[in-house]
Amino acid sequence: MPRRSDIKKILLLGSGPIVIGQACEFDYSGTQACKALKEEGFEIVLVNSNPATIMTDPEIADHTYIEPLTAHSVEQIIKKERPDAILPTLGGQTALNIAMQLYENGVLEKYNVKMLGANYEVIKKAEDRKCFKDAIIKIGLEVPKSSFAYSLEEAKKAAQALGFPLIIRPSYTLGGTGGGIAHDMEEFERIASLGIESSMIKEILIEESIEGWKEYELEVMRDNKDNVVIVCSIENLDPMGIHTGDSITVAPAQTLTDREYQTMRDASLAIIREVGVETGGSNIQFAVDPKNGRMVVIEMNPRVSRSSALASKATGFPIAKFAAKLAVGYSLDEIRNDITKETPASFEPTIDYCVVKIPRFTFEKFPEAKDVLGVSMKSVGETMAIGRTFKEALQKGLRGLEIGHTGLDNKLNYKEIPDEKIRLRLNEPNASRIFYLKYALQKGFSQEEIFQLTKIDPWFIDQISQILEFENKLMAFYRKEKRLNEELLRQAKEMGFSDAQLAQMINSDENAIRTLRKTMGIEATFKLVDTCAAEFEAYTPYYYSTYETEDEALAQDEKIIAKLGQKRKKIMILGGGPNRIGQGIEFDYCCCHAAFALKEMGFETIMVNSNPETVSTDYDTSDKLYFEPLTFEDVMNIVDIEKPDGVIVQFGGQTPLNLARRLHEAGVPIIGTTVHSIDLAEDRKKFSAFIEKIGIAQPENGSARSVDEAIEIANRIGYPVLARPSYVLGGRAMRIVYDKESLLSFIDEAKEVSQGHPILIDKFIEDAIEIDVDAIADGKKVFVGGIMEHIENAGIHSGDSACVLPPHTLSEELVDKIKEYTRQIALGLKVIGLLNIQFAAKGNKIYVLEVNPRASRTTPFVSKATGVPLAKIAAQVMAGKKLDDFKLVECDELKHVSVKESVLPFSRFSGVDIVLGPEMKSTGEVMGIDYSFGAAFAKSQISANQALPKEGRVFVSVNDHDKRNVAFLAKRLVDLGFGIVSTKGTSRVLKSSGLDVVVVNKHSDGQSDLLAYIQKGEIKLIINTPSGERSQSDMRVIRAAAILYNIPCITTLQGAWAAVNGIDSSLHKEFTVKSLQEYYSENCIGCAV
Amino acid sequence: MFSPKEPFACGCLVSKMKKAIIYLEDGTIFQGRTLDTKGETAGELVFNTALTGYQEVLTDPSYAGQIVVMTYPLIGNYGVNDQDVESKKIWVKGFIVKEFCRKYSNYRAAKSLNQYLNENNIIGIEGVDTRALTRHLRVFGAMKGMISTEDFNPASLKKKLKKTPDMEGSDWVKEVTTKEKYIWGPKENFSFKVAALDCGIKFNILRILEELGCQVHVFPATASAQDIKAVGPDGLFLSNGPGDPAALPYVTDTVKNFFGVVPIFGICLGHQILGLALGGKTYKLKFGHHGANHPAKDFPRSRISITSQNHGFCVDADSLNKNEVEITHRNLNDNTVEGLRHKKYPLFSVQYHPEAAPGPRDAQYLFEGFIALMKEHKKKK
Repeated sequence: MPRRSDIKKILLLGSGPIVIGQACEFDYSGTQACKALKEEGFEIVLVNSNPATIMTDPEIADHTYIEPLTAHSVEQIIKKERPDAILPTLGGQTALNIAMQLYENGVLEKYNVKMLGANYEVIKKAEDRKCFKDAIIKIGLEVPKSSFAYSLEEAKKAAQALGFPLIIRPSYTLGGTGGGIAHDMEEFERIASLGIESSMIKEILIEESIEGWKEYELEVMRDNKDNVVIVCSIENLDPMGIHTGDSITVAPAQTLTDREYQTMRDASLAIIREVGVETGGSNIQFAVDPKNGRMVVIEMNPRVSRSSALASKATGFPIAKFAAKLAVGYSLDEIRNDITKETPASFEPTIDYCVVKIPRFTFEKFPEAKDVLGVSMKSVGETMAIGRTFKEALQKGLRGLEIGHTGLDNKLNYKEIPDEKIRLRLNEPNASRIFYLKYALQKGFSQEEIFQLTKIDPWFIDQISQILEFENKLMAFYRKEKRLNEELLRQAKEMGFSDAQLAQMINSDENAIRTLRKTMGIEATFKLVDTCAAEFEAYTPYYYSTYETEDEALAQDEKIIAKLGQKRKKIMILGGGPNRIGQGIEFDYCCCHAAFALKEMGFETIMVNSNPETVSTDYDTSDKLYFEPLTFEDVMNIVDIEKPDGVIVQFGGQTPLNLARRLHEAGVPIIGTTVHSIDLAEDRKKFSAFIEKIGIAQPENGSARSVDEAIEIANRIGYPVLARPSYVLGGRAMRIVYDKESLLSFIDEAKEVSQGHPILIDKFIEDAIEIDVDAIADGKKVFVGGIMEHIENAGIHSGDSACVLPPHTLSEELVDKIKEYTRQIALGLKVIGLLNIQFAAKGNKIYVLEVNPRASRTTPFVSKATGVPLAKIAAQVMAGKKLDDFKLVECDELKHVSVKESVLPFSRFSGVDIVLGPEMKSTGEVMGIDYSFGAAFAKSQISANQALPKEGRVFVSVNDHDKRNVAFLAKRLVDLGFGIVSTKGTSRVLKSSGLDVVVVNKHSDGQSDLLAYIQKGEIKLIINTPSGERSQSDMRVIRAAAILYNIPCITTLQGAWAAVNGIDSSLHKEFTVKSLQEYYSENCIGCAV
Repeated sequence: MFSPKEPFACGCLVSKMKKAIIYLEDGTIFQGRTLDTKGETAGELVFNTALTGYQEVLTDPSYAGQIVVMTYPLIGNYGVNDQDVESKKIWVKGFIVKEFCRKYSNYRAAKSLNQYLNENNIIGIEGVDTRALTRHLRVFGAMKGMISTEDFNPASLKKKLKKTPDMEGSDWVKEVTTKEKYIWGPKENFSFKVAALDCGIKFNILRILEELGCQVHVFPATASAQDIKAVGPDGLFLSNGPGDPAALPYVTDTVKNFFGVVPIFGICLGHQILGLALGGKTYKLKFGHHGANHPAKDFPRSRISITSQNHGFCVDADSLNKNEVEITHRNLNDNTVEGLRHKKYPLFSVQYHPEAAPGPRDAQYLFEGFIALMKEHKKKK
């Protein structure tokens, strides 16, 4: 059946901000879908609140709405755009939930909008645990024994009947929020009540624990002719009990016989048919009892998921793109496989390599939270590695994780770890368990004992043992011979040992190993990811490295040159690796833009990245894709074979920037800002001297290489100081330090983070407004792309604070000064490409805080706000164009206001205080656009899932410092119709200003009056500024309660003012929606790339 | 890949004791290492792209005379068990993988793959760049090759390889067919009596027929029409098997006796034989279809099945009489014939393996189709 002709305009929902459990994989899937549907001639309306996405680029969809992803907001868009259909299966759980709400409240019917991919009944059947269970049983398959409960009483009864341990799963939530495993009644009550709370329909499933069983996932696709294919099977190394997003996973499944695999496949086909997913991709999870092979169905996602992104990257089969085509009427056999060109999509990919995905955690950002893993997802990113063997892929993945491991290395000396600690770390799933598995083997634990402790399949344990056995063999040889021979070195490379890892093992250095192996002729070979295990010729240059006899990259290159009839200049773009807090989708966005822009200029673009969730690792984003870890060795292997004419390091965040110096020294042609200039900006001493030379103010500062030096500097400039390690991103380990004691404890922690780089100490300027600037320079001219005024004062990490563009309180004079300084710095540093500067304004004085000669986290936000694609222009400038080649106008007079708000993951980390500081903690961002600051801010809060209240009570409790200013704020709230609830100290100030205040006890006063108010749902907003560094424990309880009951909680006075503005606006102005294209058309956006 | 002029230029460095080489008839040499088995073996090299099912592959009689290269690099992960066999022995001449798994893991496993190969005296080698080898076979076509763990001299290997017969024109059925007729399935209380011509029949075909209520009389491929008719079958089944269908005129002639007499169902070689018996021709594919992911379209049912395939020969679509024979299935990858039926007689066949084992079970409905034909036939009787 060809494409449907009854629909013309399609509404596509994105997934909103990056949060744990829903990351940039949905940008990848949404972008693919948009492109695929546009290609078919459909008119696309897109909604996503996340500005850092490729899909919200104005040229991807026809009507791009950066508006809140709520049913109300989407309803306005439907009313305005009148789409014929909505495609809700590509924007994660968020999109699915909104579509469900729109159906339930009659909006879809009212405006005659059809649901594509999956309709209401289907989604309900798959998502509603009860319906799903019935469906599974109906087709003769098994699910774990379970009961549903809608109240704690009901839940307790069910628990008694089923027996412990039990798993609690709330229905309709993101990535398993609020779920958990309970081993006794006390634990059960806690998790169950949390679960009921977090479920959209106040329902939890209580089920028999199948903890320790083998876990599998199948990616399934179905078309409207009922053709079904399995795209990929995935086996989790970590058994049941650990969220699949937090598990190390392997594709394809390793330990299933064909008979068992086919049974699982048959079950998947039966499930997708019974649930009734009409077209598109689904993910089905199974658990298998290792003792007897009993298979139970765990769950199904009737949409593309994180696993679909992984499966797409692992096989080369673009699930999201095909899902979109199937949704508009095509069948699988009518779609061509892009990679082989001649074969259809109605097949099952087969692979001739092993894929390992490893999650990346950031527990170091939340020291109060335990790094224990369970059924609620905690990881913030992932890396994927491809190798010819599991051993090779695992080691590549571990070094690709960029957490300081060179592979399955020996970061800790196993001899120093007590057996008891090893047992504990094996038994309690945690972020570094894979390394403890090796330590255990080193200490002589039997494979059987390790299996008993971890329930990790013996196959994986033995594979890891093989790595260790080889390591021992190599070391024995080395000890005896004091050298390595060719045979051992080649085997080591085949097993995925990195040069750096081998160097650590024999106390040598990486370059020496690299030179040695090269003289022995041991070079990486590149193989194609081709969906078919070489059965057909592949045309898409998508590679991974391994150590084999045949390299395919060069041959492929010749084919490309022959086809084009010319040799293009090559530019290689280094990506950002796994997402983490501080380095995420924003940088991937920039890398993609570099690829798009350079392609336009006629270059051959080569992308290197290891993050399967991204658009950059889509094989059609650049001309060539190398799915490789971003280490010096892996990048150099590609450089050796591709010999690029230029390499871009400034777009992928800190990851490639950290490689810049070594690549430069190895003779790699880095384009744009030179390594020398990067160093000048990063080296605090040199930078300080430079700023002084051009005569701009900066906070007094110093860089310390020793403890004494640090104390001396702090004493000299006076506390409070801002202390941080150099060469890190996201304010890692950055602190505001108020005294010597805390300085010493900071230094202790920073040692590990900074790895030999000095510690930076700056005077902390209190009560200053922080300003972010993104600009492009070509060596002669500078274009200031955007000036953002932070809402929170300096001291809150820029990645966590909200900001507004254009600045709303800065005088014209200050803005001009900022622009002037930006020009001086950019030209003085000889920046070619992007740069980001952070300023602080206090009174009329401007201080430079930091200069980053690279793409920044705000690059996409500024581009969306102004309509000027900064990253694209910067990439072209780096490749030789001049700013004058673009018709750029610095647009100060935008008619609209854009607010960026950050999204924080606190609900995932119990026990962590939600107070903001100089260390970045947010996982993502949203954008609100409107014609006034208040309206834009209100939208940003809705998008960040902390919609401001329109009525009710506000709890206000501020520190002494803020007491002076709180009265006026409270007065405004009262004027807007709110009641004020406050603690003793703050209420005194408010009462003396004549305000009517309800006084409540703090928790530590012995009662929990306030908590009772919160629990009763009477408090609609919390304004609580913490006092000093040692925040009071009673206030922590309040803030934790805010998270639990999802009450917006504001921890700065500036934030509270913005909220008041927002409330004012939402009370007095109707909520309206507008597309980016409309906003742009109202402004003189002077840019034509 | 290495040109014959510079053998051993590269490849895995393995100690002499374990070294093994693959010598291809075009002179190309690949290196690997043997685990335990030593010696020499020759056959036609084919690659199989299935991710799972190595035990079924090893025991599938259709691989007689062939050396199989597995494209999935990690083989042996789930060991070998007593159930997943497709015949009583291993038929492949040799087995080439990237890495044999040292420690298997599966609750049904009885032994390791290495032990299994060893016990059956089959040479299995690992450490081979199987992707390079597969690409070579794809580009230059399936060809004869030799694995040796003893003789590494190309000239001498070349001589030895010359003596190995070509696949084209070879009758491998006589090697694999049962010597005596036997009965599979229930002694009584069955719904249909099926006569099966064993050209290398896979157990799973028999298992499925049994499940569907059939008693199967399995005949040697050389059985005469009279012998078969003597048991009074409700249907005739033509099995899969190895080698060139054109080398089996004795089977083709037998089959002709049953047109319009009883319903006929053929699989793989059985399908090719039926094609020949209906007056068509067969030809050799460049490198064949060996895997578990081939899309085959069933045109009458307008349905696509993901199929298990294992064949080096194919029925020529143009050679069939269009007035009598209808092409019912095609492979969507290369459009080759995957199934046919007669417009008048109750007979049909498919080139792929609806019995799966290994591979997807999408097409098992075809067995039900056979049952339906027999039911109708019985009614008419």
